[in-house]
Amino acid sequence: MTMTTGAGLARRRWSALLWGLLGVVLLAVLWEGYKAIGPPTGVVLFDTSILPKTDDRSMPHLVDMLSRAIEPVNTSAGSPPVWVAVIGAALTSLGVAAVGWAIGSVVGFLIALLMQRLQVAERAVLPWLILSQTVPLIALAPVIVAWGGKIQIGAFSWDRWMSVAVIASYLAFFPVAVGALRGLQSPDTIHVELMRTYNAGWFRTLLKLRLPASVPYLLPALRLGAASAIVGTVVAEVSTGYKGGIGRMIIEFAQSGTSDPAKAYAPIAGAVVLGLVSAGIVALIGLTLKRFNRQEAAS
Amino acid sequence: MKHSRRITLGAAAIAASAALILSGCSSSSGTGDTASSSGGALTPVKLQLQWFTQAQFAGYYAALDQGYFADEGLDVTIVEGGTDIVPQTQLADGAVDYAVAWVPKALASREQGAGITDVAQILQKSGTLQVSMADKNITTAADLKGKTVGNWGYGNEFEMFAGITKAGLDPATDVKLVQQAFDESGLLDGSIDAAQAETYNEYAQILETMNPATGKLYQPSDLNVIDWNTEGTAMLQDAIWANTEKLNSDQAYQDQTVKFLTAALKGWIYARDNPEKASAIVVAKGSQLGASHQLWQTNEINKLIWPSAAGVGIIDDASWKQTVDVAMTAKNLEGTTVITKAPDSDAYTNTYVQKALDALKAEGVDVTGTSYKPITVTLTEGGK
Repeated sequence: MTMTTGAGLARRRWSALLWGLLGVVLLAVLWEGYKAIGPPTGVVLFDTSILPKTDDRSMPHLVDMLSRAIEPVNTSAGSPPVWVAVIGAALTSLGVAAVGWAIGSVVGFLIALLMQRLQVAERAVLPWLILSQTVPLIALAPVIVAWGGKIQIGAFSWDRWMSVAVIASYLAFFPVAVGALRGLQSPDTIHVELMRTYNAGWFRTLLKLRLPASVPYLLPALRLGAASAIVGTVVAEVSTGYKGGIGRMIIEFAQSGTSDPAKAYAPIAGAVVLGLVSAGIVALIGLTLKRFNRQEAAS
Repeated sequence: MKHSRRITLGAAAIAASAALILSGCSSSSGTGDTASSSGGALTPVKLQLQWFTQAQFAGYYAALDQGYFADEGLDVTIVEGGTDIVPQTQLADGAVDYAVAWVPKALASREQGAGITDVAQILQKSGTLQVSMADKNITTAADLKGKTVGNWGYGNEFEMFAGITKAGLDPATDVKLVQQAFDESGLLDGSIDAAQAETYNEYAQILETMNPATGKLYQPSDLNVIDWNTEGTAMLQDAIWANTEKLNSDQAYQDQTVKFLTAALKGWIYARDNPEKASAIVVAKGSQLGASHQLWQTNEINKLIWPSAAGVGIIDDASWKQTVDVAMTAKNLEGTTVITKAPDSDAYTNTYVQKALDALKAEGVDVTGTSYKPITVTLTEGGK
């Protein structure tokens, strides 16, 4: 169902934007609606909290969150408004996540190539890949920090942000490896056999057939990887205490949750926007590969 | 036309992400707080904190800011903690040279094989309180009978369990224990009768909150506190820990430890005499909590240090013994104690802190703070 006319395309864009906005409004209505009608002490069933408390400390009004976001972070001189601080922290996180995503994507793609080339590698490595994603991040973070702390080669010394990037790449490589493998294996047998009749070797088949065919699988995988890298960065910042990023800011603002509850929501919103921005950047990168992306182009 | 525009956009995106990656790489500098080395070969030293930058660590930041570490020939990097960073493990693994940790938690790590030694006891008293609203009339551990009592878990609960047991109650049946989040909302909305709080942090957060009944901030008179120091089950908290093996075998590390302690204690003395300046140093180091909250914290931490009759940092035998006793006898709900047997003689030493104190006394610095008077801090809503 491709719309080919320019007007149709424009209309579709607008409706997508409209639906997106509607989603945000719906969320706001749900929040304020539950706050208005829900019991202040929440709903507790058999000593287990089912629905959250609705008092201003547990669920601040959206207006309070917004007005808190334009006030300064604290009273010290030169303290920026909360939203400016959030953007600064988000950019720091984005930089670290980009490093993690780039490393993760390259490693993931290389693993996929290896698995495509050698069937025995696929059998041997794939279970380990899946296993790798079941290791909880909080178990991994201290180990990576401890190892990193010992690395010192000449003028190079391991910084905390590198541990964060490594953890982000650890989450990001998995979807890329799996997606790229699917893509590389996607050409029909008939096409592979055609390449064989041309006497094309593995590398030439890879270049002319498998790589172009992998693009429709690779792009969603890269987007997924970008989202994972952001999640990994935020969690790793909390876990390792890396300063300057959005994850650390969430924890720091949550510390004043008792007396200044509305403050903590600004960095959370920042983290959400960060995820969207990173997916957007990857989508833009994907535009250069549009020629090979028949399936995604049609969707 | 459209095609080429897409490619341009995509190329721009690639360029943008490349710039991001580079910026990520270049953000490497400025993650640690390295002392500015003004020529001369300074020895690099790393100090691991338990948590983020806050006035709980004001003395170390003051020592860095005032150049006390550099005066001793040390280039100190203060490494902040995180939710999953265990300082004593970082120290035992050799990732850092010194670490700040609570004594009971560090003793538990020692029993599991971490080779670490308490070389200076910064906080002489415990800062942990059990806070309740005044109308509940909970002023001693015995009053907790039948009440809903919050605790943080993670090894922060043993003073309370020992206190409840000492008052003749059974923690498992006589009180209703609930897990408390790391804030005080449970106390304020009434779901917890008595909540755990540190004098220098969570207690202040209560006093920074509007009391709906009066329309003003909560006042200390609106609250009752149980202080484990007066209940007799307090445990020693922030101490500086060093690597046991290196202390026993490495002459250079021994000398460095004395120098490090000399500068760190001088930083704490600075924080005692200049609480406002010390608090400002911490705020400038990027603490997100507000200035009035940090000043409160500096002042409360000072109260836990001073006056220090034997000299700041000296490990008091009686307090140590009480900490070890509670750690060996107080059982939590799972029936476990912090440690199962008495720690060996490497657990603490006053050798290095005594040398540091001698050096400071020779400089004519007041290391006991006998005339110390806390300041009065006015908190503001939200601690801004």
